[in-house]
Amino acid sequence: MSNLPLGSRIGAILGRMGLKGRTLVIAIPTVWLLIFFLIPFLVVAKISFSVAAIARPPYLPIVEWVDGFFRINLNFGNYLFLLEDPLYVAAYLGSVKIAGISTLIALVIGYPMAYLIARSEPDRRNLLLMLVVLPFWTSFLLRVYAWIGFLKSNGVINNFLMGIGIIDEPLVMLQTDFAVYVGIVYTYLPFMILPLYANLVKLDEAYLEASADLGARPVTTFFTVTMPLSLSGIIAGCMLVFIPAVGEFVIPALLGGPDTLMIGQVLWNEFFSNRDWPIASAVAIVMLFVLVIPIMLLRWAQSAGEGEAQ
Amino acid sequence: MKRKSRFLAIVGVVGFVFLYAPILSLVIFSFNESRLVTVWGGFSTKWYGELFRDPQILDAAWVSLRIALASATLSIVIGTVASFVLIRFQRFRSKTLLSMMITAPLVMPEVIIGLSLLLMFVAMESLIGWPGGRGILTIIIAHSTFGAAYAAVIIQSRLVDMDLSIEEAALDLGARPVRVFFDVTLPVIAPALLSGWLLAFTLSLDDLVVASFVSGPGASTLPMVIFSKVRLGVSPDVNALAAIIIGVASLGIIIAALQLNRSSKVSQQ
Repeated sequence: MSNLPLGSRIGAILGRMGLKGRTLVIAIPTVWLLIFFLIPFLVVAKISFSVAAIARPPYLPIVEWVDGFFRINLNFGNYLFLLEDPLYVAAYLGSVKIAGISTLIALVIGYPMAYLIARSEPDRRNLLLMLVVLPFWTSFLLRVYAWIGFLKSNGVINNFLMGIGIIDEPLVMLQTDFAVYVGIVYTYLPFMILPLYANLVKLDEAYLEASADLGARPVTTFFTVTMPLSLSGIIAGCMLVFIPAVGEFVIPALLGGPDTLMIGQVLWNEFFSNRDWPIASAVAIVMLFVLVIPIMLLRWAQSAGEGEAQ
Repeated sequence: MKRKSRFLAIVGVVGFVFLYAPILSLVIFSFNESRLVTVWGGFSTKWYGELFRDPQILDAAWVSLRIALASATLSIVIGTVASFVLIRFQRFRSKTLLSMMITAPLVMPEVIIGLSLLLMFVAMESLIGWPGGRGILTIIIAHSTFGAAYAAVIIQSRLVDMDLSIEEAALDLGARPVRVFFDVTLPVIAPALLSGWLLAFTLSLDDLVVASFVSGPGASTLPMVIFSKVRLGVSPDVNALAAIIIGVASLGIIIAALQLNRSSKVSQQ
């Protein structure tokens, strides 16, 4: 009896009670998430096919009962509109570009930091990890706000550079794509470091020593041994930065300029400024399709990471 | 090897400066006399006074605090049950579905979560007349949903590590499963519940995007007020607010770390 997994024993006991308890326990989170997570996506999908109207809510029902007939207002126009208007295509491409470049920068900064933490003494490791995570516990919005003070023309960086005489005129950094890159790398860096650290801390140093003994230079060892072995950590970290960055709204809204085009902002404006719910829904559905491959990559990397741990 | 470690040390220092310099400058300039946020004009605490006299900020802080307390608690309940079901129960029909739904909010862009929940609330209202307008309640529901996802990550890893034999011993001694869960499992995973609660609380207090979608008139959260202020430019009282939030968060983390350190030393003995 004691060899049986606990779950099935609880199940067996509950089975004698008529299965009700077990089903009820499963039902609590399942029903909650169905109603407040999964079904909402179906609602978005449905509304993305409807016609915008000046009404409450501001769209027409898809199936209507008019003069004894069902009228179906199925409308693909929202999607066609997204394709036709260059603004949307540019915004999707812009988001993917900005998120992609930021992810690469975060990887270049985050990898050595994760490596450093993983290779330091176990006592110092926890302290350093805590220092990486701590900014995450303070307000995200306020950390983005901090960069306004840093980057603006009479901000901290410009004052410092002019003070020591490197530049004569303030650099224009705020309200540019540069500021958006800085903001994304800054806020999502912990998401890059943590999965990389979890991966690198398990790396057996014997491999590195073997490679060095066989005459490989440290750079060669890094690119042929360390990096391939930490691939699942690299992919997990990159996707954890890339996916939320594609849909980012706050960072381009506060740090970006008028030419910064990101799809999260477009969705926000369609919804709040234009009150066009069907277009906003179509934008969201297309964004989900853009993110399908990154999300699948992330799932693969996470299951590969678990596989290595066992 | 020496050269490599020096390179790493430099990268580490630069990296941590990058992470902390903006936060430090926020705190320093919150004590600035001058209205110009980035030019030092002498030490002053007047922006803190201003902050505590601003009814808009105080109201919003109170709204946010209530939402965060309620949604963190709900997150823990949903997250714990979901984790327990996923880790301890053997196969059941909706297992893959539940596991997908509890992890998906972690990677879903906030604009999509916000929009989809709002459209759901509107659709529900026209179908069954609930939730009857949007406001604090709808924000609590939205925050609980993604808070539960984060809490579940922490709780699941604790449940996986937990020694099964304690639960089995209680069952062998004749305790009913519900009693085993409340008397054995919950106390063992209590630290994970606490950190999950704190994480959900912080996320709720910090959320701008989802709350903006599902909120209604009269329910402005603190991030919504800060965002509208910041959009108009930097203002020193926001710095003061930031310094307070950073102070409280750092204090909490340091206490938690010390506590964790002590308990791990106790368990080693």
